[in-house]
Amino acid sequence: MMPDLGKYAFAVLSSYGVTIVLLSVIVLASVRRARKVRAALDEIENRRGK
Amino acid sequence: MRALLIRDLMLAIRAGGGFGLGLAFFLIVTVLVPFGVGPQTELLSRIAPGILWIGALLACLLSLDRILALDWEDGSLDLLATAPLPMEGIVTIKALAHWITTGLPLVLAAPVLGVLLSLPIPAYQWVVISLAVGTPALSVIGTFGAALTVGIKRGGLLMSLLVLPLYVPTLIFGAEVARRGAEGLTVQSPLLLLAGISFGVMALLPFASAAVLRINLR
Amino acid sequence: MSLWEYANPVKFIRTTDKVLPWVWTLAGLCLVSGLVWGFFFTPNDFRQGSTVKIIYIHVPSALMAINAWLMMLVASLIWIVRRHHVSALAARAAAPVGAAMTVIALATGAFWGQPMWGTWWAWDPRLTSFLILFLFYLGYMALWEAIEDDDTAADLTSILCLVGSVFAILSRYAVNFWNQGLHQGATLSLDKEENISDVFWFPLLVCIAGFVLLFIALVFLRTQTEIRARRTRALLAREGQA
Repeated sequence: MMPDLGKYAFAVLSSYGVTIVLLSVIVLASVRRARKVRAALDEIENRRGK
Repeated sequence: MRALLIRDLMLAIRAGGGFGLGLAFFLIVTVLVPFGVGPQTELLSRIAPGILWIGALLACLLSLDRILALDWEDGSLDLLATAPLPMEGIVTIKALAHWITTGLPLVLAAPVLGVLLSLPIPAYQWVVISLAVGTPALSVIGTFGAALTVGIKRGGLLMSLLVLPLYVPTLIFGAEVARRGAEGLTVQSPLLLLAGISFGVMALLPFASAAVLRINLR
Repeated sequence: MSLWEYANPVKFIRTTDKVLPWVWTLAGLCLVSGLVWGFFFTPNDFRQGSTVKIIYIHVPSALMAINAWLMMLVASLIWIVRRHHVSALAARAAAPVGAAMTVIALATGAFWGQPMWGTWWAWDPRLTSFLILFLFYLGYMALWEAIEDDDTAADLTSILCLVGSVFAILSRYAVNFWNQGLHQGATLSLDKEENISDVFWFPLLVCIAGFVLLFIALVFLRTQTEIRARRTRALLAREGQA
């Protein structure tokens, strides 16, 4: 099902590759930091709530 | 205002950092370039205007943190802030003092160093003129960078990162004037644009620098 | 009901929490379908061959790289004028996303330029101004990181953003001038929208929508994170005093 990319396969594939990698990095980093900060805040608020 | 200018100049001369360091750095950059690219005269004379501009720019950058950092540390900046002088005036004077101690010597030294790089004869006047018109902009932009990072410990590297992109338009037009002058082309439009940037920056950026300094002194 | 209600951090978090799953889903949907459509189901250009497929990531990422900075500029102005913390934090949240978009645009451009122009990099005005834009992003983020006090950092970075915008525009025109001075008329810019046919245009539109939605989702999420981080710091400081 792979389209025939001809002699430019390297350029096209690496473009898509770089993009997917970079986008996943920024999405994962954002999500992870969001989880961490949320957990930290919840912990403090629970502690204060007691 | 004049008192502040004289005080800054005196401090720069006595501390020896102003005149000496920037000039020595400029000299060293110019001397190192032939080692890096080879001693062929025609190559050197082609890149000489650009090298002189880059050297002047880096020498300027090197001395930027002295503009405000010392006054910040010993607290005289707080005193100046309470003085009747508006902050915009203080910032402008600081930039002027920086230009007199760093920019002006660079302009004067450029033709001498041009000899080392076998700068073409018609280029001398344009290198000097473009530096004379452009270095004030470097000082004013640099003062803005110094004001931004004055509260940060070891902010020198950060300041370079902030200031260098701001130097791009000045460098492009300045080097373009020098290059066209070297090739005997007409220099009018880049020179006018360079002057436009210089005057625009001098007129507007002190307001931003003053605002930034007020925030930092808060 | 005014827009400024969202300047309230609690309200902002509550609303974005409701909206976020939708934005994520839509962004994912648009991105996947647009990229798959572009990659598998579009013909090759007769002149550029298969490299034309790069357009589906190059153009949207370049668009977002510029628009992210514009958004930061607007957010900075709102912070300076109205002092809404959410606005300053949103500007901070957008910067790394914009920087990533700039890198993507530059990288895909290099991969595209290599077979088309025979070089990875040319000092073409567009390429050069993107590199400068990337430097501005770096400086902006570094300044945020370097300053400890939140409000001072917000003030300084927003002024840097304003000044930087002016200089970015100046650089854009200066670079234009500089390169035309070197290569007379040797323009490398591709006027894409002018001569693009519908076969390429529709998947490109879907991809642009996907990138915009992804940007919105990321900025919402990261702004929430910044709000929470700020609150955490404030609470910790209060505990330290008590």
